[in-house]
Amino acid sequence: MDNRKTRILVVDDEEIVRESMAGWLEKDGYTVATAPDGPTAVERLRAEPWSILLVDLKMPGMDGLGVLEEARKLRPDAVVVIMTAYATVDTAVTAMKMGAFDYLVKPFDPEELSLLTQKIVAQQALARENILLRKVLKREYRFRDLLSNSPKMHAVFDLARVAARSHSTILVQGESGTGKELLARAIHVESPRSTGPFVAVSCAALTETLLESELFGHEKGAFTGAVSRRKGKFEAAHGGTLFLDEIGDVSPKLQLDLLRVLEERRFSRVGGTESIQVDVRIIAATNRDLKKALEDGRFREDLYYRLNVIPITLPPLRQRREDLPLLVEHFLEHLGVELGRKLEAVSAEGMRLLTAHDWPGNVRELRNVLERAAVVASGPILDVADLGLLEVHTEERQGSEGLASLEEVERRHIAEVLRRTGGNVSHAARILGIDRVTLYSKIKRYELRKEPESGT
Amino acid sequence: MGAIYLWWIGGGEVEERLMEEVRAQVERVLRYPARVWTSPERPVDTLDPARGQHLSTRILRWLLAARPPEADRVVAVTDVDLFIPVLTFVFGEAQLRGSAAVVSTARLRSNPGAPSADPRVVTARVAKECIHELGHTFGLIHCDDPRCVMARSVSVPQVDAKGGALCRDCRIRLEESRREVGGPHG
Repeated sequence: MDNRKTRILVVDDEEIVRESMAGWLEKDGYTVATAPDGPTAVERLRAEPWSILLVDLKMPGMDGLGVLEEARKLRPDAVVVIMTAYATVDTAVTAMKMGAFDYLVKPFDPEELSLLTQKIVAQQALARENILLRKVLKREYRFRDLLSNSPKMHAVFDLARVAARSHSTILVQGESGTGKELLARAIHVESPRSTGPFVAVSCAALTETLLESELFGHEKGAFTGAVSRRKGKFEAAHGGTLFLDEIGDVSPKLQLDLLRVLEERRFSRVGGTESIQVDVRIIAATNRDLKKALEDGRFREDLYYRLNVIPITLPPLRQRREDLPLLVEHFLEHLGVELGRKLEAVSAEGMRLLTAHDWPGNVRELRNVLERAAVVASGPILDVADLGLLEVHTEERQGSEGLASLEEVERRHIAEVLRRTGGNVSHAARILGIDRVTLYSKIKRYELRKEPESGT
Repeated sequence: MGAIYLWWIGGGEVEERLMEEVRAQVERVLRYPARVWTSPERPVDTLDPARGQHLSTRILRWLLAARPPEADRVVAVTDVDLFIPVLTFVFGEAQLRGSAAVVSTARLRSNPGAPSADPRVVTARVAKECIHELGHTFGLIHCDDPRCVMARSVSVPQVDAKGGALCRDCRIRLEESRREVGGPHG
């Protein structure tokens, strides 16, 4: 864990004590602030969260015990350590009874202070890890767990929040790795159906017959291997949410079956005649252009409109590069817990590489790159060499994995020309061999102006 | 080009060989020009008579005012024992991301449970502590790698146990800090 997240408040009426103590603790990487008296400390307690309070016992006005009492009320998670002179040890013991974590008799050994802070930080990190692991285990993500500073993403969250309250079908579109399932889970958790089940099915992973049986269940003997009756995902999701991922890959026959269920909210198990009614909220997702599939006749128009009641589109990572630092921090914290290692940050040079990368695999790709880097890095900082994958930029990749579309190549090339011409559109248009109006329309279409690499 | 100035501010005679050896180590590890500076000026009002020790935070304040203007950073070396009010002692103190640091040789000369330490051992300890405190002025914080010179050491055996160089991560951090503030690159 990064020590900067440990926030320490030093409360002492002597300026030299505050200054020297803060200086000493800052060198362990903690975020340190000071307060010269009790009332100021209480004010700071009210305003911000704190991990540790180091409080002098004897202060004019409100003393250390007063601060301790307020801290227990305002920030019960904060650990309070009382600093005292030898003569007042009895009071320090009282402080312990009142809920102080420990006390230090002044002047104390540097080793004593060092060990005490390390002990507190380790305990708090363990508590935080527990919360994190519980969250990962239960996979109960809320909107606040979806991290973004991007206005585009916030517009998505706003829409999703409103949509969560309704029962309408939602169609989530976005490139692979943009977090469609995560968004679906957040919608479920924040919907009136949150106490019901969340059931996810990947429609692309199974053959038509298997998917049919997976979705609707089957009766005993319905097909070879159907040795007993089995409930399908629609039934399993009764009272909750059914997430149909990669809906664009569903066969025409199953498209028709799905359309019927969406219209009538009833279906029969494979090989059965009994009509089963379910109360299920559908969230469908796809990384394909469903509109185009519709035009090509690969996707039923009626099903499309049934699914597309509330469309939500997740932007690709390259359109929200401002989120990279936030996402990196988040993944490093998770990976640190998973790998049982201290991971602090990506080096500044490494961050520059991450920002320059186009992320065709989006947030999932970022996580994979960081996981690989965390495994190979020898220390808590992930440097350029550890992020190896990125040095082999898309142009040098082998095989078809990660190959860009013609449109993507055009976007990158325009961005590069704009960068090299310092954002001069006329100059860039001449190099590209197109007129300025066409270039402007392409800049708008690819949203290049908002990106730092365009240099505009 | 600026440099790091090493300044003997002790009560006793300046130990030229020690200062020169420490200077060379500082220059090598931090990859920053360093020179030994001599001046008869000494900090005043830093002694706490009750404790018989000098308040390092006050020495830092004095250094900021007294240091030669052409020095990028200054590390003072003294033979008096140092303290900050809540702690029994400190080996040294530095301003984090600042330009002044102070290191005491007083406890680094001792050899717990044995006669006084070999001068070469003392020199190595002083060099480690000077590099460590100067590292703080470049924004480096304590390192978890026990071999790194930026590892926290609150006892003489801990100083002896750590190495005199920066670990890979601290080297990266140092380079990044240099790029941010400017200054010579190594």
